[in-house]
Amino acid sequence: MSRHGYTYSAGKLLRHGLTRGAWPRMWGRPERRDSYEVVIIGGGLHGLATAYYLAENHGITNVAVVDKGYLGGGGSGRNTAIVRSNYLTPEGVAFYDRSLHLYNTMAADLNLNVMLSRRGHLTLAHTDSALRTMNWRAEVNKFLDIDSSVIGPEEVKRLTPSLDVSTDTRYPILGALYHPPGGIVRHDAVVWGYARAADHLGVHLLQETEVLDIVCAGGDGPEGKGPGGRVTGVRTSRGDISSPVVVNCTAGWASLISNMAGVPLAITTHPLQAAVTEPCKVFLPTVVVSGSLHVYVSQTDRGELVFGASVDPVGTYRVNGTLEFTEELAGHVLELMPGISKMRLMRQWSGLCDMTPDYSPIMGHTPVEGYLVDVGWGTYGFKAGPVAGETMAETIATGRTAELIAAFTIDRFTDGDLVGEKGAAAVGH
Amino acid sequence: MIVVPCPNCGPRNSSDLRNAGEVVPRPDPQTASLHEWRSYLYLRENPAGWVTETWYCRSGCRRYFTIERNTATNEIRDPGNS
Repeated sequence: MSRHGYTYSAGKLLRHGLTRGAWPRMWGRPERRDSYEVVIIGGGLHGLATAYYLAENHGITNVAVVDKGYLGGGGSGRNTAIVRSNYLTPEGVAFYDRSLHLYNTMAADLNLNVMLSRRGHLTLAHTDSALRTMNWRAEVNKFLDIDSSVIGPEEVKRLTPSLDVSTDTRYPILGALYHPPGGIVRHDAVVWGYARAADHLGVHLLQETEVLDIVCAGGDGPEGKGPGGRVTGVRTSRGDISSPVVVNCTAGWASLISNMAGVPLAITTHPLQAAVTEPCKVFLPTVVVSGSLHVYVSQTDRGELVFGASVDPVGTYRVNGTLEFTEELAGHVLELMPGISKMRLMRQWSGLCDMTPDYSPIMGHTPVEGYLVDVGWGTYGFKAGPVAGETMAETIATGRTAELIAAFTIDRFTDGDLVGEKGAAAVGH
Repeated sequence: MIVVPCPNCGPRNSSDLRNAGEVVPRPDPQTASLHEWRSYLYLRENPAGWVTETWYCRSGCRRYFTIERNTATNEIRDPGNS
């Protein structure tokens, strides 16, 4: 037994293949305790990573992760699995780069193949102003030691031959921000890896347990909620749990959970749609993003093309797909790669994105003692999962806000100290 | 697709309009503290249910108007009928 329980290895794969023996379950279904040291709401990548680092780095194992559904059923399983760190603000670059480092060693750390593929990331520029933003990002990135540079159309064509770089198109490719360390990961494996490791370290993963209310005392608002108060526990669909620390790691429902503690957030929730094609021969060696065309494309190891878009313009909690999205997506992708016009879309889906006014997350302590947030992850939550878990765990364990997330405090909105990341975090701008 | 009833142009696809977001009471800019003003600018209730919101008829009559929409179902009703 390793420190993560049952160890996966080539030898085990061979043995299970020959004997057809069943693999052990990756995590258990523990009996709920009445109280925990820390309760984390949301069993996605962020919640599970926070629980894992609390146990692994700080020895805090009396932790419960509660989720109303199953693990990784929200944004963690709906994103387009892209990782990169070529952001625009120094705060953003340092933060996401740490995440990329954690992704680098994750397969070994968690003893699970997360299929990280650092294949290079191209952000195309179709206008002079987009090229200017790319140059700005490249300079910030280089200054902070990130491998990132602006390249011309010939180099784009060399890296990704399927792109149309001719000049008589509606959206000619004038250049691109090239970020070699960027790539894709298998998102489900990342969730399973953290869940399995956290479970083995003693964390309770409580699925199908919906949080109905956050119980507070001493606050300014009704029922002792709101600023000045403190958290005493949560009320769930499977009974009350008392805890001095409650962490909101939800995406999509972050405002609803936070309102339970009387802490309003600067968030509006929008759906984001994505789609996948039928599999075909591997031809796309990089991740391609176009801000002007609101699209990003990568090819999975199975050969499917995965497309993502910008968020739907109308805020809603409803996650149905629309024909408008499919039409616009197809048009825009063919603008970039006319050669794939015969490919068929297999599936489309959508997930919820909590958009903040400055496209940066909201992390750390709140005016309610013991209630912490790790929310507002917009369209960039997946790539930040590991570092968000690491820094939230440090913040919970030491009581002091981790340095990497100090800029993402909830107070920045009322203090007028926003971290404008729209130039690098948003696709549609 | 969300069909939005513009009081001037009738039912229109939401892509013809712009959603200007939740209606938040505007504090008096002369007397509001910075904290109050920024709370008005940024903080939102963002409920999963009925919300009163402003729309801008961008490619039609260019009027702003208020409706109620259920953000869980995208059902729309006139604020007068609530």
